[in-house]
Amino acid sequence: MIWLDTIVQGILLGGLYALFATGLSLVFGIMRLVNLAHGDMIVLAAYLILVLVTGLGLSPWLAVLIAAPLMFVLGWLLQRVVLNRVLGPDILPPLLVTFGLSIAIQNALLEGFSADSRRIPNPDLEGASVALGPVTVGVMPVLTFASAVLVIVILNRVIYGTPLGRSFRATSDDPVTAGLMGIEPMKVFAVATGLAMMVVTVAALYLGTRANFDPAIGPARLIYAFQAVIIGGLGSLWGTLAGGVIIGVAQTLGAAVNPEWQILAGHLAFLLVLLVRPRGLFPRARD
Amino acid sequence: MSSPSAPWRATTRTRTGTLVALLALALIVAGLVLPAFASRRLIQDLFYILTMLSLAQIWNLLAGYGGLVSVGQQAFVGIGAYALFGGVILGGMDPLLAILLGGAAGLVLAIPMAFFAFRLHGAYFAIGTWVIAETTRLLVAQWKALGGGTGTSLPRAATSDMMGVAQVAELFGVRDAAARDILAYWIALLLAVALIAGIYALLRSRLGLALIAVRDNAEAAGSVGVDVRWLKWAVFLIASVATGLTGALIFLQTARISPDAAFAITDWTAYVIFIVVIGGIGTIEGPILGVLVFFALRSTLADYGSWYLLTLGLTAIVAMIFAPKGLWGLLSARTGWHLFPIRHRLVGPTGD
Amino acid sequence: MLLETRSLDAGYGRFRALFGVDIRVDAGECVAIIGANGAGKSTLMRSIAGVLPNAPDMIRHKGDPIGALSSAAILQRGIAMVPEGRKLFPSLSVEENLLIGGQKRRGSGQWSLDSIYALFPILREKRAVPGTALSGGQQQMVAIGRALMSNPELLLCDEISLGLAPVVIRDIYAALPRIRESGAAVIVVEQDITQALRVADRVYCLMEGRVTLSGTPAELTREAIHSAYFGGHA
Repeated sequence: MIWLDTIVQGILLGGLYALFATGLSLVFGIMRLVNLAHGDMIVLAAYLILVLVTGLGLSPWLAVLIAAPLMFVLGWLLQRVVLNRVLGPDILPPLLVTFGLSIAIQNALLEGFSADSRRIPNPDLEGASVALGPVTVGVMPVLTFASAVLVIVILNRVIYGTPLGRSFRATSDDPVTAGLMGIEPMKVFAVATGLAMMVVTVAALYLGTRANFDPAIGPARLIYAFQAVIIGGLGSLWGTLAGGVIIGVAQTLGAAVNPEWQILAGHLAFLLVLLVRPRGLFPRARD
Repeated sequence: MSSPSAPWRATTRTRTGTLVALLALALIVAGLVLPAFASRRLIQDLFYILTMLSLAQIWNLLAGYGGLVSVGQQAFVGIGAYALFGGVILGGMDPLLAILLGGAAGLVLAIPMAFFAFRLHGAYFAIGTWVIAETTRLLVAQWKALGGGTGTSLPRAATSDMMGVAQVAELFGVRDAAARDILAYWIALLLAVALIAGIYALLRSRLGLALIAVRDNAEAAGSVGVDVRWLKWAVFLIASVATGLTGALIFLQTARISPDAAFAITDWTAYVIFIVVIGGIGTIEGPILGVLVFFALRSTLADYGSWYLLTLGLTAIVAMIFAPKGLWGLLSARTGWHLFPIRHRLVGPTGD
Repeated sequence: MLLETRSLDAGYGRFRALFGVDIRVDAGECVAIIGANGAGKSTLMRSIAGVLPNAPDMIRHKGDPIGALSSAAILQRGIAMVPEGRKLFPSLSVEENLLIGGQKRRGSGQWSLDSIYALFPILREKRAVPGTALSGGQQQMVAIGRALMSNPELLLCDEISLGLAPVVIRDIYAALPRIRESGAAVIVVEQDITQALRVADRVYCLMEGRVTLSGTPAELTREAIHSAYFGGHA
């Protein structure tokens, strides 16, 4: 039964990693941009929620509803003012700009909040657990996984069922011809980044309530997010969920053998998939 | 290159280039005799500058010329350092000789790393190298014989009995520890000069031309017969060996190691990238300028902790948006200087 | 007068492709641009459509300078392009490709999904198929329909017969009268001279970036066209 329990924990952890990864996947799918500051944006959002909860006395759920549009605006501005200027055929400028951004955010947070570990208070649901058949699981992990699924369903609905989503796909295919249709790629990119930041906010809620966080943990989240995207295959949001689950299960299995091996197990699983399926498990047919 | 009956030939020699070569020679000689006059603090600072310059030139070769943007070079710094410590502590080697082990370790790690990382491209290649570096760090932290997660130090006997320490101590009338610093500094100088000379020679050669062609347009280069895959492997392996050597040297001087320090992404990649970007990527002059700017910033802001890093990060962002070719790019565009001329020009009977 | 270019000099970076090109299109007209490969026809279309930037005054639409406007802004003015090579969006179905044509500008006019399907009935069958999974001729229909969805006053057709069999080309050009009936002016870029002369009210011939001949089909002789097209003597 221990192994079943471990695997279920791993699957639920995968939901968290999928939430980390979904924003990354969306942005890369539309504009071929990898934001190296993505993990740090999650941490930034966590601090934002923390401030709203401790400063205004709001419940974390209400805080997310306020933080999400704020993060949308932040992402939108970031894309319009900074990232749109460096997008282009050369991969170096966006890489280096987002790398600089990552360092800047980490240290700004350090200055603002110090290196102390913090946690978003979640008194109602923190220790709560529920029975799922033979295993008992925490309510928050289940909510995390359910949120990941919900977010992916909503995003897919947007991408495949709305004019905005059509603009996303068309701009991703061919920005010049999209321009002929009256679409302005730079504006589309800004909306995409804004949307990604809203997903990041949801991820931040579950990150911040689940465990302690501090300004330096961003890069590790980026790595898990990235691994989930690569394993899943570029362009598929459900694939990203699958990728997250694989990393989550690998990590919990590794930790069950030896706690020191948790993260290493995740990396090894990633390298294994890279070995046999370099394009991921569910890649887009093209590119 | 030229035959008696062909008055035209291709050359890279320029007047500025020749002048700079003489200047560089003078600088190197000055650098060699410096320990006679300089304080220990200065020698240590120069050691830091020279090793960072080496790392920057290597990363520039990889990313600026080779188009391989790696965020995982810290893996080679770390493995080189650990190879040195392993050789000294477990193998009883002389630390100076053990530096070479660092290069070998770099080569050995490079093969699986390239094998995995080359399956990815662009930004994903970058993060892939990072993951592999992290994996290496986590694996090395399992190596209990060398201190596991907390690390270890070089035994005093090994460092004070190191080849050349006694002679240097006598020559300059200093104590063993200072003599070790001087030795390390000389090796760093040698390494930096050899690296820059080597990279310069590489870029002037046919291999270098192929490299630049691939950087500009890989497909076109492939269509004229350049073996792109082989080229990437070659550059990556060269960079790994050089970084391994540098890493071994750096930690020889520190005499203390831990996985977090040896594989630190901030010290061995973030700072290096900053140096190359601010100085001017894709040029040999750029990293030289960059390391000077970096060191100046570090000296003035070091007391301010996170403000220092914050400034570094913001500067990198602003530089990439407004001056993507870095300070040297701006300077070179204004003045037309090329201190390390690699362009081949036709020189002919008009006495050009 | 709907659109005119004045001494249009366009190019790609340091490479100049057009030299002082003057053309004119009136409302409701069909104008053909003919010329050999590399003559500058597509460059001209791209300049008008806003894909290539130019000095503002070099292209005028109803008197307004539009040379420097983006392609999105040009679309809002009622100028739509059927790009060379069709350029359908592979991630969108046929119907979505059509819909996206009318997404940013509905315009006042008769074109909608239903009327496009009436114009090209085969597309109704294939509406859910990915745009690029169709035959060349069908893709061309989608590309034309997509441009029509914005109800443009001026339709730019860049080499719509390229790579298609004669039978298919005939089918496509059969739709042109209906398009003109809806009130749109059309610029047709063609390498096929006979086809161009058949549909156009007026013809311009480009060679090496310059207008070498212009007039109505009736006015132009075979010899004049030939020398304007190829240069030198026939």
